[in-house]
Amino acid sequence: MKPRVEVESLSKLYRLGSIGATSLRDTFGRIAARFRRGAGTTPRKETPAAPAGRQGPTPDTFWAIRDISFSAKAGEIVGIVGRNGAGKSTLLKILSRITEPTSGRAILRGRLASLLEVGTGFHPDLTGRENVFLNGTILGMKRWEIAAKFDEIVAFAELDRFIDTPVKHYSSGMFVRLAFAVAAHLEPEILFIDEVLAVGDAGFQKKCLGKMGEVANQHGRTVFFVSHNMGAVRSLCEHAILIEDGRATMDGPPAEIISRYLASTVPDEIAGELDWTERDDAPSCDDVEYTRLRLLDRDGAVRTTFEPDQPIAIEITYRVKRRLRGVRFDVAFTTQEGELAFIATDHNFQREIHEPGTYQTTCIIPGGLLNRRGYAVGVQCDVPGERFLIHMRNYLSLVVSGVGNQSSSFPEPWPGVVCPRIRWEIRTLSEEPVAA
Amino acid sequence: MPTLQTSPDTESAPPDYEIHIEARTGWLRVNWRELWEYRDLLFVLVRRDFLAKYKQTVLGPLWFILQPLLNTLVFTIVFNKVAGIETGGIPPLLFYLCALLPWGYFAQNVTTGAATFTNNAHLFGKVYFPRLIVPLSSIISNLFALGLQFAVFFIFGAWFALRGAAVYFGPAILLALPLLLITAVLSLGLSLLFSSSTAKYRDLSHLTPILIQLWMFATPVIYPLSKLTGGDGRFAWIAWMNPMAPIVEGFRFSLLGRGTFHGPMLGVSALASAVILLLGIIAFGRAERTVTDCA
Repeated sequence: MKPRVEVESLSKLYRLGSIGATSLRDTFGRIAARFRRGAGTTPRKETPAAPAGRQGPTPDTFWAIRDISFSAKAGEIVGIVGRNGAGKSTLLKILSRITEPTSGRAILRGRLASLLEVGTGFHPDLTGRENVFLNGTILGMKRWEIAAKFDEIVAFAELDRFIDTPVKHYSSGMFVRLAFAVAAHLEPEILFIDEVLAVGDAGFQKKCLGKMGEVANQHGRTVFFVSHNMGAVRSLCEHAILIEDGRATMDGPPAEIISRYLASTVPDEIAGELDWTERDDAPSCDDVEYTRLRLLDRDGAVRTTFEPDQPIAIEITYRVKRRLRGVRFDVAFTTQEGELAFIATDHNFQREIHEPGTYQTTCIIPGGLLNRRGYAVGVQCDVPGERFLIHMRNYLSLVVSGVGNQSSSFPEPWPGVVCPRIRWEIRTLSEEPVAA
Repeated sequence: MPTLQTSPDTESAPPDYEIHIEARTGWLRVNWRELWEYRDLLFVLVRRDFLAKYKQTVLGPLWFILQPLLNTLVFTIVFNKVAGIETGGIPPLLFYLCALLPWGYFAQNVTTGAATFTNNAHLFGKVYFPRLIVPLSSIISNLFALGLQFAVFFIFGAWFALRGAAVYFGPAILLALPLLLITAVLSLGLSLLFSSSTAKYRDLSHLTPILIQLWMFATPVIYPLSKLTGGDGRFAWIAWMNPMAPIVEGFRFSLLGRGTFHGPMLGVSALASAVILLLGIIAFGRAERTVTDCA
């Protein structure tokens, strides 16, 4: 049987700086510059440099993706993993036919739907019911298909009382639930999903993940899933592709790919402090930016090596640029093997309103919890159920080491992501005389 | 979930259903079969436009009527009473109202159509569907306003006819349909041309309204066609060059029984409209390939 999806050396060349729309003045300027050439013209100053190794055939072009090939069978869930800017989104845009490749080709055998966001085309003045039909047909469904599944969609979204209310009166959670419910009921043979699972509350996310798994397993659909959520990639996908610098560098079982990906995202050196106060590349968005991240021991000194029984403090200093409501910070510990150990959040401790200013939140991991190994520490900032401000990324790393661990004083390798200090109770119930 | 198994024809796509993605070449890159596949989207978009317009404003669809009425009023005062432009024996109000039916539809189509890429950048950047659906849907949506304006026109027409004005309603009314069809073809073609060029050069969007305005004065909206063709025929070329000229005048002939029905000129108009539509489809096909790259 032929594979459901075949991709052969797909490449996309982008022009740097002036992508897409320009103004007439720019074009005239460029034509004028062409006439003036010879007098040692310099390239237009706003043209940024192409990322290293991705220069195109001319100086003002670069390869967003280059020579990507892979295939996927029916019923497979394929995770597409890579750093921001690696080319994942471009790949997805080409495969979902939003833009064309420069060269190479792809064959998709079956109907196709892509979810690069939820709620595409929703109109605020229309009711939930009207938007279900609007969004559904935009995503490629037929009206009769939507009508047949309408009740199921509304039930999935848990919105039956509000279905005839204009969506502008919906809370963001309701909006997302309805949008995802439509998407979850698409029945294409091939489905592309980009980060959309990063919305909604945890319970609803779980429901969506379950629905996706079911769609692939029971109905033989092929799902492509782009995500930074390694936990979801690990639990859902049988097959993953790693995209690095525009190329598909690895194709195989997710576990290997995830550890390679995480290894590449962990800073090369072990870092216990990142300070952006003197730099302009701080992780930021329109609302908030990090100014400093530090790993501290109990005396307030920056460290990268901790004894298993020592507490570890992760201090996040951040600047709020405009008034914010409901912001929280999450800290994720990932093992050097790429397994998520846990995520801690200050949700229950954080203030409700942030006025512009500089703040600090510190997460204190108690001693006697982590096992002896290397960990990457990721930080993320979001408004739960609404949006991400700064996506999860590993910034710092540390090593927990020392003789012994919480469970054994014998220096033996100890499996497990964590190794909490556990109390045991030992009792002698009865003693038997030893035969002489 | 039992309902997931219901729709039989989506369980497995037909074996020959293959989507090939590669850099397209060639001039005319329209997948007609796919366009037909997406007819439901066309329907839903038209419905969306209708519902959204209806719900957004307090007066709702009343605006569709008020706008041409106000225009008619201004035209009557400025061009008829002050400037003294003859209306060929037709009551001025009907004269303008009638011409504004095809002209208003045309202008509305081109204005909304020209902004296709700008207004839908977000949608186009996130999901694929045949882009032609969007300008097509606005051409159809605008028919709703036209329908209301027709109703208003007939109310006024009946009133003037009862008062003994020299207007005749007859079977010529059926001519309005082919005239409207040419208007739709022409305005769709221009929408595609304008939207493709504004996608590349954003500043051209300022030019569209001016162009439409100038075009109206070159069209027999505020004066009869005979002003151009009559006399020494010095200005006849303007009418021959302008596909909208015989249409607007033809509407007067069709709905009021007055004015001229210029067959050869209409033939040229229809042919020009078809050519413009073809050029529009070609330009649109080129623009849609690259326009989302800026998103």
